[in-house]
Amino acid sequence: MSRYMGTSVKRVEDPRFLQGRGKYVANLTLPNMAYAAVKRSPLAHAMIKSVDTSQAEALEGVIAVYTGKDLLEGTGGFKCGSLPCGWQVPDLNTPPHNPLAVDKVRHVGDGIAVVIAESPYIAEDALDLIEVDLDPLPAVVDAREAMADDAPLVHDSAEKNMSFHWPLGDEDAVNEALSNSDHVVELEFVNQRLIANAMEPRATAAEWDPATESVTVWTTSQNPHTIRLLLGAFTLGIPEHKIRVISPDVGGGFGSKIFHYPEEVIIPFVARAVGRPVKWVSSRSEAYITDAQGRDHVTKAKLGVNDDGTMTALHVTTWANMGAYLSTFAPLIPTALYITLFAGVYKTPVIFGEAYGTFTNTVPVDAYRGAGRPEASYMLETMVDLAARKLGMDPVEFRRKNLIQADEFPYQTPVALVYDSGNYQALFDKVEELSDYDALRKEQEAARAEGRLVGVGFASCIEASGPAPSAAAVGLGAAIGLFESGAIRVHPTGKVTVLTGSHSHGQGHETTFAQIVADEFGIDMDDIDIVHGDTDRVQYGVGTYGSRSAALGGSALVKSAEKIRDKLKKIAAHQLEASVEDMVYDQDEGTISVAGSPDAVKTFAELAFASIVADNLPEGMEPGLEEMTFYDPSNFTFPASAHVAKVEIDPKTGEVDLQSYAAVDDVGNVINPMIVEGQILGGIIQGVGQALWEHGIYDEDGQLLSGSMLSYAMPRADRFPSIAVGSIETPSPHNPLGVKGAGEMGTIAATAAVSSAVLDALAPLGITHLNMPLTAEKIHRAIAVAGNGGGE
Amino acid sequence: MDVSMTVNGKEVSADVESRVLLVDFVRNNLGLTGTNIGCDTSQCGACTVHMDGMAVKSCTVLAVQADGSDITTIEGLASNGQLHPMQQAFWDAHGLQCGFCTPGMIMASVKLADGNPGITDTDVRHGLEGNFCRCTGYENIVKAVKLGAAAMAGGES
Repeated sequence: MSRYMGTSVKRVEDPRFLQGRGKYVANLTLPNMAYAAVKRSPLAHAMIKSVDTSQAEALEGVIAVYTGKDLLEGTGGFKCGSLPCGWQVPDLNTPPHNPLAVDKVRHVGDGIAVVIAESPYIAEDALDLIEVDLDPLPAVVDAREAMADDAPLVHDSAEKNMSFHWPLGDEDAVNEALSNSDHVVELEFVNQRLIANAMEPRATAAEWDPATESVTVWTTSQNPHTIRLLLGAFTLGIPEHKIRVISPDVGGGFGSKIFHYPEEVIIPFVARAVGRPVKWVSSRSEAYITDAQGRDHVTKAKLGVNDDGTMTALHVTTWANMGAYLSTFAPLIPTALYITLFAGVYKTPVIFGEAYGTFTNTVPVDAYRGAGRPEASYMLETMVDLAARKLGMDPVEFRRKNLIQADEFPYQTPVALVYDSGNYQALFDKVEELSDYDALRKEQEAARAEGRLVGVGFASCIEASGPAPSAAAVGLGAAIGLFESGAIRVHPTGKVTVLTGSHSHGQGHETTFAQIVADEFGIDMDDIDIVHGDTDRVQYGVGTYGSRSAALGGSALVKSAEKIRDKLKKIAAHQLEASVEDMVYDQDEGTISVAGSPDAVKTFAELAFASIVADNLPEGMEPGLEEMTFYDPSNFTFPASAHVAKVEIDPKTGEVDLQSYAAVDDVGNVINPMIVEGQILGGIIQGVGQALWEHGIYDEDGQLLSGSMLSYAMPRADRFPSIAVGSIETPSPHNPLGVKGAGEMGTIAATAAVSSAVLDALAPLGITHLNMPLTAEKIHRAIAVAGNGGGE
Repeated sequence: MDVSMTVNGKEVSADVESRVLLVDFVRNNLGLTGTNIGCDTSQCGACTVHMDGMAVKSCTVLAVQADGSDITTIEGLASNGQLHPMQQAFWDAHGLQCGFCTPGMIMASVKLADGNPGITDTDVRHGLEGNFCRCTGYENIVKAVKLGAAAMAGGES
């Protein structure tokens, strides 16, 4: 049937990137442009006694300097508002977050003043001339310690530094089930702070048009319409229809570019104030102390199991670090994207989970690839491994015993979600084959006999992607609906412009969305352009995160295409003097004919032209050919995965060698296998990064010790074997494409799988758990302690 | 200070401050924004260009140090509207996603693959350990470089 769907069409966006023609915000130059730089706090917690900008203002080439107070008081009746939180859980404490700090700084990197100058070099020079008198306060950096009675308060209005407490499930029932279980395994552990490190640092530029009193903001965002909404309703106070937000080519996001950042307020404000276009580009060092970070949980978990290997109950308490301010979607991550995932792929009958969100003197924490779901998977898979080890069962056999069966979908979990479809047994079968699991275990046995530390890790995970429908999302705390829009504009010659509310920052929508639309109409992909990332061109959009674009943005296009095909059938029926019911749309050929009369035929382009000539349309039909859909699906989609990792640890150095990795994922129907595989591969490497190397480390004073690419261990090409990727496809019944999210599954499973492999390798030494990242140093120390009979 | 150099086959000269980095010079003075800046510690390799036949991170070179040099940036790699074999290989093997590391990755790969048509996985992975990609997981980049290396050897040159 289809010509493009399911095929690995090469990406249409690539030629511009390959030739250095990407339109990133940092590349933008406007006539008379000025450049901004932000003076940032070197301390994690301090009162601002004074800010003296006079020397900076006197430097040649400096146009203006503004402080937090200036932004709050405003100029010309125009001032900046507090950055809002867009996810409201019950009893949420949301202290103000001014774009620049006014009385107090709360994390290293908190903005204090902004310089606008004739060049970026001069702006940087001027930063050194701003004199800031800070009165240091004690800092708190740990999520759980933040709730101690004697912990310093990050915000006076947040008692015990608490932002929220979010419980889910019947705690009494869980406690009873645990007490009735043959065994209970318990563990306290940390899911460490990560830093997204999209390769393109953030950037924002703004230009005012005094003639229309409107502003254009270019910003590195995954969801420009949301940024426009927040600028209009909260932070800039400019009517929304006077704001245009453009997110052109964006160099990766991984969640960190979802949020509304201070610079998106500051730059339009100063552009208006100085009457010139202004651009700010983050340095990488600045990114480390200003981009929202990820993970950072302290967790206590208890899993009940019976002798036969069945899981009976799960009880989890997590302290989630929110950082110094609530980032745009921060409360969502350790609640509805975390606790609701605690069932995983298993039939645990009763589950209780709770999360405390606390403020600390660290950079705000929000979604980072997977966002809550990797934390849930890591918790669950770690507990499952512990239980299997306790019972002396093979971890795969133990998992299989507890799996939700293929005939049990839709499956209602004890933690609110209803899974759409899946076949976890088939996933297991395929990954065992792909990884040659039995051979790996034999190899391990032989290696152990030689005293070598070889480990095999397994992880089987679920993801809830594309949170939906809007009513459910709003019920969970979303401030706006999480639908998506898609419009199709057919030009008189039959060429097509597609306007999508999804945003591509590496995902390849210009290709996959064109594949969808081309097949819907039976036309060539070359005749279709995909437009995204511009609020003046695209009607509305919710954006790209949570692996939602194909399921929502893609489905919106399918619905719009159906509307256009219906209209074309009516025009064809009218012109061919047949009834609409007899019209047959051939999606291979892009033609409409009368059933049984193949010669009575009109092409897509002929009918598009007819809709514009408009002299021979059915009575009452409007001319033109453009349709739009706001698509709100009935549920999330639930991709699943089973991954196997094999490692060997050098006992002398503690260095982990990842030797093989096999991944089988079920992301439903696949639009472009090459692109989906790319998403899985990239996701896996990020997941391995968390398991083995990456760590945003704060000292007790709140200084980020891993604050550059020198000290933060990014995954490098030479640290990986070739990854084997396989798939099964159980279509989602919740959207017309049958697709599920593909963007985060790799990350969600890989962290758990590699951690599992390392702990499996160390198990013979009596080491039961080590927190990530599983660095050589940490493993070396653990081996030394174990060797001294200390255990761990 | 006055600097003159050849960039993508064209003679250019300008008066620049001594502290201006080569990457800022090509981006800001010449408008060649294909060379991206991904870090400020010379780790990521996004700004890799060719200087007198060597792949260099242009954030570690001052513009004045490049005086008299022959520079090629990503914009100078394709010729007569034809992608360089390495660019073509990155396209064919899906060696890029967001595209931000891509110019530096390709410039580094061209030098790595030059005269090494049978380059191994291991050599590619070690050769590119100074170029970060956060999207692809490197797997397809390794495939691309091997493809590109073979194509470079088999091409017109």
